[in-house]
Amino acid sequence: MEPGLVEVIHGRHNPMIDGAHGMHVWGWEVPVYLFIGGMVAGATILLALYELRFKEKPTSLSAQLVPWLLLPLMGIGLLALLVDLEYPTHVYRFFLAFQPASPMSWGGWLVLTVNAVWVAMGLGSLSATTQDWVLARSGPVAGVLRWAFDMGEAYRKPILWTALAFGVGVGIYTGLLLGTLVARPPWNTAILPPLFLTSGISSGAALMLLMPLSDKEQHTFVRWDAAAMAIELVLIVVMVISFVTGSAADQAAGHVFLGGHHMPAFWAIVVGGGLIVPLLLAGFEIAKNRPLTRLSPVLVLIGGFTLRWIIVVAGQEASFASLAMAH
Amino acid sequence: MTTDKRYVMTMDTTKCVGCQACVFACKSENNVPEGYARDWIVETVQGQFPNLSAEIRSERCHHCSNPPCVYACPTGASFIGEGGIVMVNHDKCTGCKACIAACPYDARFIHPDGYADKCTFCAHRVARGDQPACVTVCPTESLTFGDLFEPDAKVSKLLASRKFKVMHEDAGTEPNLFFLI
Repeated sequence: MEPGLVEVIHGRHNPMIDGAHGMHVWGWEVPVYLFIGGMVAGATILLALYELRFKEKPTSLSAQLVPWLLLPLMGIGLLALLVDLEYPTHVYRFFLAFQPASPMSWGGWLVLTVNAVWVAMGLGSLSATTQDWVLARSGPVAGVLRWAFDMGEAYRKPILWTALAFGVGVGIYTGLLLGTLVARPPWNTAILPPLFLTSGISSGAALMLLMPLSDKEQHTFVRWDAAAMAIELVLIVVMVISFVTGSAADQAAGHVFLGGHHMPAFWAIVVGGGLIVPLLLAGFEIAKNRPLTRLSPVLVLIGGFTLRWIIVVAGQEASFASLAMAH
Repeated sequence: MTTDKRYVMTMDTTKCVGCQACVFACKSENNVPEGYARDWIVETVQGQFPNLSAEIRSERCHHCSNPPCVYACPTGASFIGEGGIVMVNHDKCTGCKACIAACPYDARFIHPDGYADKCTFCAHRVARGDQPACVTVCPTESLTFGDLFEPDAKVSKLLASRKFKVMHEDAGTEPNLFFLI
C-alpha cells in the first residue's frame, strides 16, 4: 500500500450535503431551468439579430409569435426554480435587494424584466394582417392595443437592441452563476458562460426550426445554428483541455469529461448527438440548400438539456472538500 | 467589509480527542435540529501500518474573510456581521442554496424550516461577552476563540507562536478557522 491517507471518518452527515454521491442540493429543477433559460435567451438573440440584419420582420406567423411563446416557456422554467426553493414564499426577497456580486441576483432581475422586453418585441413582430386580426377581436381594449402596436413599431430598433442585450444577459448569467463558484471545480471556469450562451443560441434555433418557417428564416437560422454549434464545439474542447492540463482542482473537473462516469453521456449525447451529428446534417442541408429533417433540432435540444444536466450533477459531486481528501 | 474586530478560532489538533462535546454543546445551545450539525468531528489516519499518524479535528464554518457564500447570496441574507462573523438572516433567505453550492467547506445546510443555516461562532453569546458554546465545553481546551486584532488575546498569541494550517487555502477564501499542528 502506498503511504498516505488511509482513512477518513467524517462526523458530519447533513441531509443533501453529505449523501453517498456527495452534495445534492440542486435536483432536476435547476438543469430544467438552465436549459429553458438558455433556449429562450438564444431565440431572443436570433430573432433580434434576424430583424436587425435584414431590416424586415419575420414573415412566418410562427416566427412572429415566438416572443409571445417565450413568455410561458420562461414561466415553466421559473416555476421549476420556484419548486427548487426551500423557502418558496420568500421568493419576493429576490426583488427587495440587488446584490452586485451575486449572478443569481442579476439573474432574478433579468428574468423579471425580460418579460417586458418580450412583450415590446412581440408587439412589433406581428405583421399588419395579424395586428388587424387581433384588433378586430379585442373589443374594448382595441384602442389601447392599437397604441401598443404603434409604440412597438415606432421604437422597433431600440427594442430589438434591448432584446439582444437581454438575450445575451440571460444566456450568459446562468453560466456565470455556476462559473463563479470556486467550491465546485467543474463549474469554476470562464468557459462556462460563453458555453451556455452558444448552447442556448443553438437550442433557441432548434426550437424555431421545429416550427413552420419561411424559406429565408429556415435558411438563416440553420446557418446561424451551425455557427453557434461550431463555436460551442470549440469551447468544449478548450474547456476540457484547460481542465486536464490545470491545477489539481481543474484535473478533478476534467475527470468529469475524461474518465469519469459522466464521460459516455457527455461525449455521446452532448458532443456526438447534440453537436457533431446536427453539424453534419446542417452542412448537408446548406450544401443541398433544402430542409431535410426535424431530427437535427430534436438532437440539439436533447444535447443542450443533457449538457446542463451533466454540469449541474457533476459540479455537486466534485466538491473541494472531496478533492482535498483524494489528495 | 472592514470591522474593528476580527473574530477567529484556533483548533489544536494535538489536543483534540474527538469526544464530540463541542458538537453536542452546539446542538444544545443553538437548537440544531435532529440529524443536522453546525460543527462536527473529522478523524484522519495517515501512513502505513504500523507507522500511522492520526489527526482529529473539530470543524465548522470557517467564517472566511473572502466569503463566497456571501457573494453568491442573491438577497443579502448571508452577510458579514460584527467582527467578521459570517451570518444568515433567516427572514431574507429564500432557500435557493447558492451559498451552499458556493462553500468549499460544505459547512452550510438547509434547516428543516427552509433557510440556510450554519455555525455563527455563537454570535449571540459573543455579543454579551461570552465564548462560543463549543469552546466553553471543550475538555482539552483545544478550541480557542477571540479577536485577532487584540494582540493580547489568546488566539493572537497562539497564532504568533504555533504552526498552523487552514483548510483549502487554494480556494482563496481566507478562512478564520486555524488548525494548530
